[in-house]
Amino acid sequence: MIFRLFAKKELKSLFEILAAYNKVVGPVEAGKDKDNNPIYVFSEVSDFNRINLEYTTTKLPAKRYFLPFQENLSTFRIENGNWQKTIDYNVSQPLIFFGLHPCDINALNKLDKVLLHSVYPMPYYAAKRKNMFIIGTDCIPQPFCFCRSMGSDTALHGFDMFITDLGTKYFVEILTDTAYNFLKNIKTQEPKEKDHLLYMKAVSGRNSKFTARVDTTDLTKILDMEFQSDVWKHWGEKCLGCGTCSNVCPTCYCYGVEETVDIDLKGAKKTKMLHSCNLIDFAEVAGGHNFRPERHSRLKYRYYHKHRGFVEAFEESLCVGCGRCGESCLAEITVPEVIASVRGGKIK
Amino acid sequence: MKPELKFVDITQPSLTQRRKQDLSSFEYTYRAELTSVYQLTDMETLYRIQIINPEERRRFMFIPGQFLMLEVPGIGEAPFSISSSPSIHGEVELCIRKSGNLTNYLSKIGRGAHVGIRGPFGTGFPLEEMHGQNLLLVAGGLGLAPLRSPIAYVQENRSHFREVNIIYGTKSPANLLFTYQYDVWSKDDINLNIIVEKADPSWKGPVGMLTDSLLKILSGRENEFYHNTYAIVCGPPVMFKFVCNMLNKFHIPMQKMYVSLERRMHCGMGKCCRCNVGSTYTCLKGPVFDYWTVMNLKEAI
Repeated sequence: MIFRLFAKKELKSLFEILAAYNKVVGPVEAGKDKDNNPIYVFSEVSDFNRINLEYTTTKLPAKRYFLPFQENLSTFRIENGNWQKTIDYNVSQPLIFFGLHPCDINALNKLDKVLLHSVYPMPYYAAKRKNMFIIGTDCIPQPFCFCRSMGSDTALHGFDMFITDLGTKYFVEILTDTAYNFLKNIKTQEPKEKDHLLYMKAVSGRNSKFTARVDTTDLTKILDMEFQSDVWKHWGEKCLGCGTCSNVCPTCYCYGVEETVDIDLKGAKKTKMLHSCNLIDFAEVAGGHNFRPERHSRLKYRYYHKHRGFVEAFEESLCVGCGRCGESCLAEITVPEVIASVRGGKIK
Repeated sequence: MKPELKFVDITQPSLTQRRKQDLSSFEYTYRAELTSVYQLTDMETLYRIQIINPEERRRFMFIPGQFLMLEVPGIGEAPFSISSSPSIHGEVELCIRKSGNLTNYLSKIGRGAHVGIRGPFGTGFPLEEMHGQNLLLVAGGLGLAPLRSPIAYVQENRSHFREVNIIYGTKSPANLLFTYQYDVWSKDDINLNIIVEKADPSWKGPVGMLTDSLLKILSGRENEFYHNTYAIVCGPPVMFKFVCNMLNKFHIPMQKMYVSLERRMHCGMGKCCRCNVGSTYTCLKGPVFDYWTVMNLKEAI
């Protein structure tokens, strides 16, 4: 691993050089919420001043850039009862992500495991993922962030370079050759021992700010034991079954496929749409039988997939602890509360 | 040097080789033709589907119990168990009940239409492991559709199996599938035990539940029979518990009972999660599971 240091003003130069040749996506303020706090979104940017690297968690994850909510898997031309299928992976150029938090980088790493590094890798994801250049950046922990419990408060890989704010300078960790070459365009220096100390101070300062926690000890077994527990019914009664949690989740990848015929009957489309296991039709089969007809069974399934099934398959949870689901939930259901209750804690 | 990112083209040949790792096969469909459409009952039709490209046809093989995705462009794509003999390459038979968009559309199109197929996907019944054993092939209703593939295997390899029993139950005689094959199955020394829940005037066979027939076959046997018997069970989820619990009472180990679970896959490749049971992908670890595994899955049946 290579470390460098550069003055803060250099970041603007780096952005401008990169933006001159590439499409850049970064966190920008899109408006204010009812309490007058800024709402951040990931958006395409060409002006460095629009980017706010001190942003707090965006409402929506960056997933629309690599797992769009809707995309065509294929299109058909239909002529005289015959058809021709065309497959397009829906990506035409690389994207630079300027300032992803560790949770969102870890989300990508988790998605990679199931969508890239397992049997039948998914080309629609692969095509976009292979065309991403990621600049990571540290965050300011929010009261709802429990990433530290999920082991995703730091990113070990899955980015090209990662910058940490040291006050007047940025400390940069370089993982790829591409990033190394990009950095040749700005003035950087070798960090000295005192910079290392500053870095460690910055890291521990950030660590001390985490407040939300989830106890994941033996969670896979506990979830198994508590499968019939009444706490699921409690949360099921609150849950509206709206699927917002999946929509804002950086790791939810479940989907459905539908086909439609064009209005002129000369073409057809096969469309993939992200789905949510909390929606009523998720586990319905032909003839109308539904394997998870009640809201509590669907909510429970979501926790089982994230915190048990994925762990069984990949030795880690499918939750990065970003807290977006809890923040967006209309019924105010949060992961730390649900898991604490499954572990026998009192429900507030 | 210009700091411009190079576009990575994932379709280049170095990134495509084996089907399970091959990025380009993900959405690839074999173009296939409905070479025969045979109506079995009011609701079910048997479609014979042949892959058009001779090279693809030669390479297409499957194991009984596996499923494939059948696509009609613009109408939809859905998973179906294969109902035909595994020794025929590049051609499959699917027994399909009218129940949704795609299947209703299929019931209207005739011979000669072109469809797309992907697969085969999932696990199959370990028939070679069952060589030298007695077989109980238990089917409820449409469950005979996936069971017809292992039946065909048994017919073609009859000498490798000892006593073979088909236990098949439906609601009424009008629902019976593949009636034209019963004679041949019997002639291949496969005992056919058919039972219906409600008889009609023409019905001369037994009336009752499938488990009644099963109980008769299992009762009063030597221990040797129970120790050397495998069971394959296909049908509606409620049936599994009754059948498998009965088999278990006669000390047939759960690991020698195989069931096929029905779920609505949207991809067949362990991505869409629609077929997940607990957190197991039915499309990758199933649809064929031994009953021990099913007992350990949450909400499987």
